[in-house]
Amino acid sequence: MPQLRESRDALFDVAVIGAGVVGCAIARRFTLEGAKTIVLEKAHDILDGASKANSAILHTGFDAPPGSLELRCIQDGHREYEEICGDLNLPLDRCGALVLAWTEEQEARLTALIEQARANSVDDVVPLSRAETLALEPDLASNVRASFQVPREALIDPWSAPHAYLEQALLNGASLLRDCAVQAGHFDGQSWQLETTKGAIHTRFVINAAGLYGDHVDQTLLGRTDFDIRPRKGQFIVFDKTAAKFNRHILLPVPTEKTKGIVVCRTVWGNLLVGPTAEEQQERDTADLVPETLEYLHQKGAEILPALAGEPVTAVYAGLRPASGDKEYQIRAHAGQNMITVGGIRSTGLSGALGIARHVFALGQKAGLETTPLADPIRPQVANLSEIHERDWQRPGNGGIVCHCEKVTRREIDAALEGPLAPNTLAGLKRRTRVTMGRCQGFYCSAALAACTRGRLADPMTGESDA
Amino acid sequence: MRELPDRCDVLIIGGGPAGLSAAFTLRAAGVGSVHVLEREAETGGIPRHCGHSPYGMREFRRVMGGQAYAKALSARAQGAGAVLHCNMTVTALHPGGRVSVSGPDGLHEIAARAVLLATGARESSRVARHVGGTKPGGVLNTGSLQGLVYLDGLKPVRRPVIVGTELVSFSALMTCLHIGAKPVAMVESGSRPVTRWPTHWLPQVLGTPVYFNTELTAVHGKHRVEAVTLRHNGQDRELEADGVIFTGKFRPENALAREAHILVDAASQGPEVDQFGRCSDPAYFAAGNALRTIETAGWCWDEGRSVAQSIILALNGELPDRSGARKIENARGPIAYAVPQYIVPGTQPAALKQLQLRLSRPARGAVKLGTKSFNVNSRPERRITMPLPDAGLPLTLGFDEVK
Repeated sequence: MPQLRESRDALFDVAVIGAGVVGCAIARRFTLEGAKTIVLEKAHDILDGASKANSAILHTGFDAPPGSLELRCIQDGHREYEEICGDLNLPLDRCGALVLAWTEEQEARLTALIEQARANSVDDVVPLSRAETLALEPDLASNVRASFQVPREALIDPWSAPHAYLEQALLNGASLLRDCAVQAGHFDGQSWQLETTKGAIHTRFVINAAGLYGDHVDQTLLGRTDFDIRPRKGQFIVFDKTAAKFNRHILLPVPTEKTKGIVVCRTVWGNLLVGPTAEEQQERDTADLVPETLEYLHQKGAEILPALAGEPVTAVYAGLRPASGDKEYQIRAHAGQNMITVGGIRSTGLSGALGIARHVFALGQKAGLETTPLADPIRPQVANLSEIHERDWQRPGNGGIVCHCEKVTRREIDAALEGPLAPNTLAGLKRRTRVTMGRCQGFYCSAALAACTRGRLADPMTGESDA
Repeated sequence: MRELPDRCDVLIIGGGPAGLSAAFTLRAAGVGSVHVLEREAETGGIPRHCGHSPYGMREFRRVMGGQAYAKALSARAQGAGAVLHCNMTVTALHPGGRVSVSGPDGLHEIAARAVLLATGARESSRVARHVGGTKPGGVLNTGSLQGLVYLDGLKPVRRPVIVGTELVSFSALMTCLHIGAKPVAMVESGSRPVTRWPTHWLPQVLGTPVYFNTELTAVHGKHRVEAVTLRHNGQDRELEADGVIFTGKFRPENALAREAHILVDAASQGPEVDQFGRCSDPAYFAAGNALRTIETAGWCWDEGRSVAQSIILALNGELPDRSGARKIENARGPIAYAVPQYIVPGTQPAALKQLQLRLSRPARGAVKLGTKSFNVNSRPERRITMPLPDAGLPLTLGFDEVK
């Protein structure tokens, strides 16, 4: 496996701390630009922090603060995703969004939001009357007052995208160490010596993409930090695939200062989700589910799409946003220290990741990193789990379906377990294949799954799961 | 692996007790081509991974373990000439008995003259039970526990909490015993055990406390379960455990019907059927726990056999048209649901010979069915049966409660 080779003696150009969606995108960008890159992840598997739970939307930035770095990264990221999704076999459901006004006050704010969208170069937004809104979204509650459409808001797979980014990095020469926590570091004016739980790492540049621990990593390596992570929890509920027929567009509320609010949208896997909440907490490791909140989300969903009242919720999950005190991304190069901090990627990490990676690479160049881009990089086709392209169960030679609810085949499971970015936990296998994530939550397939993963996962019962 | 047919007389979806007994009955009566599609690697259904419990008295006149029973049912259906296909997942039902199937060789379509939905039931997951906290490994159902234990030889838990006191909950307890695990508690939200089965001595023998009027409200732990929160009289306390077995609260596995054109009863969660076990699309029939939860393997076996007789009548054009069906109107109260949902006037023998009810809460009183009245004193999850109403009489179902 490429991620385990000769890391100790080598001098890397770049060490990326944290394999969330942002770290994965940065690793890809630096690798494609020709930098010798290593990714250090403290958890058993990648995408184990903030990136394991989000609403799976590729945003346009229509409501981002005008002129912000966040807006630029979202728009660069959106553009690059559209360019590479075909090459990497990533899904893109261009269903568009409707921003819905339910009260007079919200209706009054639509005009300003439309102007903001246009100022943000999202100039294809379309104001809609109540009747036009209901015509586009017939199952919507009839008390909607007005809306506007944002045609380029899209649904993507929040896990296959970062997997593809990191897999492409690995196949083009990058390395990955998991269970690798950075404990200390020393910069001698030329390069960094990082002390980690997997031994010493020697690298010219360090990029802190540690998400929920971004401030801690700055503190560890620089002895100071200029932002504090204030985790903000988001709980979600997921309805069974039978509910997806009630929804066409991503349904967004009029955003507030603090949050984009509760979204109703389909997933590329054919489910329908409602969430997230926005709840500040101290704890960085655990995002507790609260039954009363989940109940509230069900009610909230049914206020928007009344048919959801009678639909079963088949999965629930909670994630933590690595918010800082500031709305803006906390991205900065530390002059003379060959280190770039990428922090406070509050809630647009999935949309912004590819754009953030470009921005961070430019900062690296400015700080003296010189590389030669790869002439003809490998472009891996990752497994498609979305319903918008053909699935493996529809093709011959799939080995039979193992997880019946999500129709995951034995060949898909084997491919994940043998791939360049093989999981070492059941949770990781779930993110790569969606096994046990459907309506039965493992009732039927646990035994078959245990049999086909035997000896191939570190702890087969370690099943912390999402979605 | 046998090749899937393009067409057949009867296609049976699900190779558990109901599906296999229907397959045997159909072939024994001379129906030409009967195919069973099973999505697991072996036929037999849930008994296959339930190593203990008495099976087989009604069907084979002897006491058998679950695995032997599953094998015997499969052998009998096969011996009669039914074709059993494993690792075949039905992915869609189309009007008139056309069915899409995914197997190791990809997609296939089968057109059958009649289709039997014998897809069984599953236990409710933690999601359906509104349990809070984290999502660590070690949270299982009885089904997944027994699969891991009896099919894979694993010992997934050592000190679990068992949630529920249905028959299946004691089955989970026995499975724990089998692997040397010592459950730290059984938890029941009601004031007494749900099952009538005389097993109340079992937890005591194992040294497992049973907590009544207690809810499991949260699971804690990052990678593995470390503790749970129990709520009793509004007071929360934590209990250390390395696993949680959510048992029972079965629901029909009805995703295929729900995703298709077939009407599903929101109350029973099974397809709406008449007394012949016939669905809203008359090419489809249903039997066993797909209809309602939860019955024994023996009951499902018997129901499969009876509904097979209806299918034979349907193939011969001898079933009365479903267009004359009358709905049994349930005024609810404590009656959660009734199966069958429709009665069709006619003289052909019913496959579902009794009206099957379940209560939504403990209740005592008289069930009023049209002009008739039946005394009932029962609890949720327990079987209540009464004679099928005559299609000519008023089909209203009510409950006069005695407080």
